[in-house]
Amino acid sequence: MNLLRKVFAVAVFVFASATVADAQIKIGAVLSVTGPASFLGDPEKRTLEIYAAEINKQGGINGQKLEVVIYDDGGDPNQARTFATRLIEEDKVDALLAGSTTATTMAIIPLAEEAKIPLINFAGAVVAADPKFKWNFKTPHTDLMACEKIFVDLQKRKLTKIAIISGTDAFGKSMRDQCMTVVKKYGIEVLHEETYGPRDSDMTPQLTNIKAKAGVQAVVNTGFGQGPAIVTRNYRQLGISVPLYQSHGVGSKQYIDLAGDAANGVRLPAAALLVATILPDSDPQKKVVVAYKTKYEAETKQPVSTFGGHMYDGFMIMIEAMKRAGGAKDKGKVRDEIEKTKNFIGTGGVVNMSPTDHLGLDLSAFKMLEIKNGNWTLAE
Amino acid sequence: MTMQALLRRHGVVLGLAVLVLVLPLVLPSNFYFRIATLTFIFALAVLGLNLVMGYAGQVSLGHGGFFGIGAYAVAVGPTHFGIPVWAALPLGALLAGLLAFLIGRPILKLKGHYLAVATLGMGILIAMVFTNEAQFTGGPDGMSVPRLVLFGWSARGPVTWYWISGVSLVGAAWLAMNLIDSPTGRAFRAIHDSEPASGVLGVNVARYKLIAFVLSAVFAAVAGAYLALYDGGVTPRTAEFLRSIEFVTMAVLGGLGSVIGSVVGAAFLTILPQVLTVFHDYEHVVLGLLIILFMMFLRDGIVPTLARLIFRRRP
Amino acid sequence: MAQFLQYAFSGLTVGAVYALVALGFTLIYNASGVINFAQGEFVMLGGMVTVFAAAAGVPLPLAALLAIAVAVLVGIALHLFAIEPAKGASAVTLIIITIGASILLRGLASIVFDKRFHALPAFIPGEAWRVGGASILPQSALVLGGAAAVVVLLWVFMSRTLVGKAMIATAANRMAARLVGINTVWIICASFAVSAAIGAIGGILVTPITLTNYDVGTLLALKGFSAAMLGGMGNPLGAIVGGLVVGLLEAFGAGYISSAYKDAIAFLVILLVLFVMPNGLFGRAGVERV
Repeated sequence: MNLLRKVFAVAVFVFASATVADAQIKIGAVLSVTGPASFLGDPEKRTLEIYAAEINKQGGINGQKLEVVIYDDGGDPNQARTFATRLIEEDKVDALLAGSTTATTMAIIPLAEEAKIPLINFAGAVVAADPKFKWNFKTPHTDLMACEKIFVDLQKRKLTKIAIISGTDAFGKSMRDQCMTVVKKYGIEVLHEETYGPRDSDMTPQLTNIKAKAGVQAVVNTGFGQGPAIVTRNYRQLGISVPLYQSHGVGSKQYIDLAGDAANGVRLPAAALLVATILPDSDPQKKVVVAYKTKYEAETKQPVSTFGGHMYDGFMIMIEAMKRAGGAKDKGKVRDEIEKTKNFIGTGGVVNMSPTDHLGLDLSAFKMLEIKNGNWTLAE
Repeated sequence: MTMQALLRRHGVVLGLAVLVLVLPLVLPSNFYFRIATLTFIFALAVLGLNLVMGYAGQVSLGHGGFFGIGAYAVAVGPTHFGIPVWAALPLGALLAGLLAFLIGRPILKLKGHYLAVATLGMGILIAMVFTNEAQFTGGPDGMSVPRLVLFGWSARGPVTWYWISGVSLVGAAWLAMNLIDSPTGRAFRAIHDSEPASGVLGVNVARYKLIAFVLSAVFAAVAGAYLALYDGGVTPRTAEFLRSIEFVTMAVLGGLGSVIGSVVGAAFLTILPQVLTVFHDYEHVVLGLLIILFMMFLRDGIVPTLARLIFRRRP
Repeated sequence: MAQFLQYAFSGLTVGAVYALVALGFTLIYNASGVINFAQGEFVMLGGMVTVFAAAAGVPLPLAALLAIAVAVLVGIALHLFAIEPAKGASAVTLIIITIGASILLRGLASIVFDKRFHALPAFIPGEAWRVGGASILPQSALVLGGAAAVVVLLWVFMSRTLVGKAMIATAANRMAARLVGINTVWIICASFAVSAAIGAIGGILVTPITLTNYDVGTLLALKGFSAAMLGGMGNPLGAIVGGLVVGLLEAFGAGYISSAYKDAIAFLVILLVLFVMPNGLFGRAGVERV
C-alpha cells in the first residue's frame, strides 16, 4: 500500500512538472506512433512537430506562442481515451488533433464533445466525420470516396466483374464494407472475396484462389501498411494478368520501393500529394503539396506519405481557425471558424466545411494514378 | 482460527477498502480517477488470474479471451438481442465461466508450457471471432456499448465507475481471501506445491484446478464488461493476445499468490505508461528495462519480496 | 493439383521460418529451461541490420554476416545481463524477463532504425519458377535450402564438436554436466548465441519475400512458440516438424477453408493434437518429481 502511495506521489510529481509551461496556446495530440498503425501515427507526429516549430518561428498565432503535447496510444482505444482525458484534464489543451485510426478516434470524440473542445481527427471511416458530433472534424478522405473513384475507373475500362482481397485490419475491413455498399450503383459484380491478416507475410494461397476463379476481370485490394506491397509481389509471382487496383491506404512512395517492379501497372486512387512534382502548374494544390513534400523529406529524410499530409491539413485548418477567432481561448469560436473553413487548399484536396459536412472534400480530391517504370503517373 | 490469521485475512481486505475510500480525497482530477478506475478493473481480472497461477500453479495465456467475452457481452447483448445491460453483464460472466468449464476439462490436463500454449490458442480463437464476425461485433473497428442503467440511474463518468470498480474489487478480494483460507484454498496451495503429492494425499486435483480456472474466467469477464461500459466502446484489441500477456505480466510483477500483489501489478502497468511519457521516443525502452530490473531484483514479485524484506527485519 | 502445389510452396516457405524460430526456442529451453519470448526479435535484427547495413553501402554478404554478429552479441548480452543474474528465479519470472527484453529490443530498434517496413533485393534474382502449374520464387527455394542447411549444420555441431556435446549433456542433466567439469554457464551462453544466429539467418533469408520492420518479432515468437510446443518442447526434430506443419496448416487453411480463419485453423489443430498427445508430436512424457 505504501508503495502504491509512493508510485502515486511520483506520478503526481511527474505530471505536475510536465504540465508547467508558458505557452499561450496549447494543442494536444493523441496518435498511434507505435504499434500496428505506426505508419499512420509516425508521419503524423513528425509533421506536427515540424510545423509547430515553423509556426513559432514565424511568431506564433497572432503573436501567441504555440505548445504541442503529443502522446502515443500504441493503437489501443482504451489508452487513447486515457491520454485524451489527460490532455483535457491535466494539460488543459485548447484544441485536439487526435485519433490516427477509426477505433482510437471513436474513443476520443465523446470526450471532446463533453469538454467542448474542438477536435480534428485522422480516421478513415465515414462515421468519424458525422456532423452530429458538433466539435469534431476530420481531414482524411473517406474509404467510400476511394471505392467510388476505383469503381468509376473500372466502369470506364468496362471491367465489371471483380475480385476483392482485403486486410482484416480496421482499414481494409472498413473499406471493403464501404465498397460493397456501392457495387450496385456502379454495376460492379464481386465474383470472389479473400482476406489476409494485418501481419501476414504471404498471400499466395488467397491469390491462387482468385486466379482460379473464372471471369474475374480486375482485382481490388483494400488494405494498408505492408500488406498491399506483399499482395502486389505475390500477384506478379503467380502471373495473374488482369489489372490490379490498390487503395489510398498505400499512401506513400514506400509502396513502390517495397513492391519493386511488381508495382508497375497497378492503379490506385490517391491524393495530389503523391504526384506533387508531376502536377500541372495550373493545379491549385501544386504549390502547397510541393512545399509540404520538400519540407517533410528534408527534415525527416523519409519519403512523404499522405498520412502525414492529413496532419498538415488538420493542423493548418486549426491554426487558421484560431487566427480568425483571435486566439484559442474562446473554444466555441474556434469551432465555429473551423466549420466556416472555405477553399482551404491542403494536401488532400480543397476543403469546404459546413454545418452538415465536417470533412469538406469531394471526389475530385482523389486522382487516379498508375505506376509506370517505378513511378507515379496520372491515369486520367 | 487464530486471531492473527483472522487479522491477516481481513487485514488485506480492510486495507484495500480503506484505500478505495481514502483515495478520492487526494485524487485531483477526472484523469486520476480514470487511472485509479482502470487499475481497479485490471486488478479484478489479475486477481482471478492470480488464483489460477499463484494458488493452483497453472499458467494461462488466454485470459484476454475471457475479458473480451465479458466486454462483448454488454455490447452485443443489448445491441443485437435486446438484452438489457444489467442482465448482459452477468450473462457474459456466466458464458465465460461455462466456456472455461467446458474447455477447462481437457486443457487443464496439460502440464506447464503445454497448458500455456493451449490457453494461448484458446484466447486467439476467441479474439479472432470478435474480429471476423463483423455483423455482430462490428469487426476490427469494434462497436459502441450502451450505458449501464439501474432503476433509472445511469452509470457514467470516472467517479461513478471509480466506485463501481473499487467496491467490486474489494468484494472480489474478500471472496478470494475466503477461498484461499477455505479447504478449497488449501487444496489450491497443495496443487501449487506439488501436484503428484497432493493427488496421492487425496486432493481431487482436476476438480480444484477447474474451480480456479472457472472462477478466474468469471472475474476476467466481469472486468472486461466494466471496461467496455466505462469506455462506452469495445474493439478486438480488448481481447487481444497482448492483453493476456499484459495480465500475466501484472500478476507476476505484483507477486503470484498475493491479493495485494494483483492490485500493485495492475497499478504498475497502468500508471507506468503515463509516467514514461516524459521519455518520449524512449518510452518502450525504459518500460522493457524496468520490467527486467524489477523481475531481476524482486523475483517473487513486488509485494511478496518486499513483505519478506520487511518482516525479516522485525524478529 | 496446381492449387495444391501452390499452397504447399507457400506453407513450406512460411513454415521454414517458424521452424527456425521454434528451433531457437528449443535450444535455449534445453540448455537453460527458459522460454525466450525475445526469440522473434533475433529474426527482426537479422533482417533490419542487413537492410540498414546494405543501405549504408556495405556489400550484401558482409551486411548479412554483420547482422548475424549483432544478433549473437544481443543474444549473449540477454543471457549475461538479464537471465544469468536472475538464476534460480521461477520459470514465469524468467518468461516475464524475456518479455521485458523483447519490449526493450523493439523500442531500441524503432529508435536506431525506424518504424517503416523494408525489403531486401532477392539473393537469386529472376522470375518465379513454374512447377506443375504452380509458381515458386527462387528466394523461397533459398529459404527452404537455407533452413535445411542450418538444421544439418546444427546437427553436425551438436554431435561432432565438444561444445555441442556439452550442450546436449547440459540439456540432459545440468547437475551431472557440472560434475563432469562442464562450465554450464558458458554452455547456456553458447546456446543463446547459437539460437540468436539461427533466428538472424532466418530473418535475413526471408526478408526479400516477407519484408521486415521493427516489430515483426512478436508474431514470429507467438507462432514459433506454438510450433515448438506442437512438436514437443525440447525436441529439435519436433520444432522443425512443428514449424512446417503450422506453416502448411495456415496455407491450406487459407486456400481450402477460409482465409479469415486460417490462424484459427492452425491453433485448433494444435489444441486437438495436445488433447490427444499432451506432450506434443515428439515430446517425451516427463516424470514429475514429488
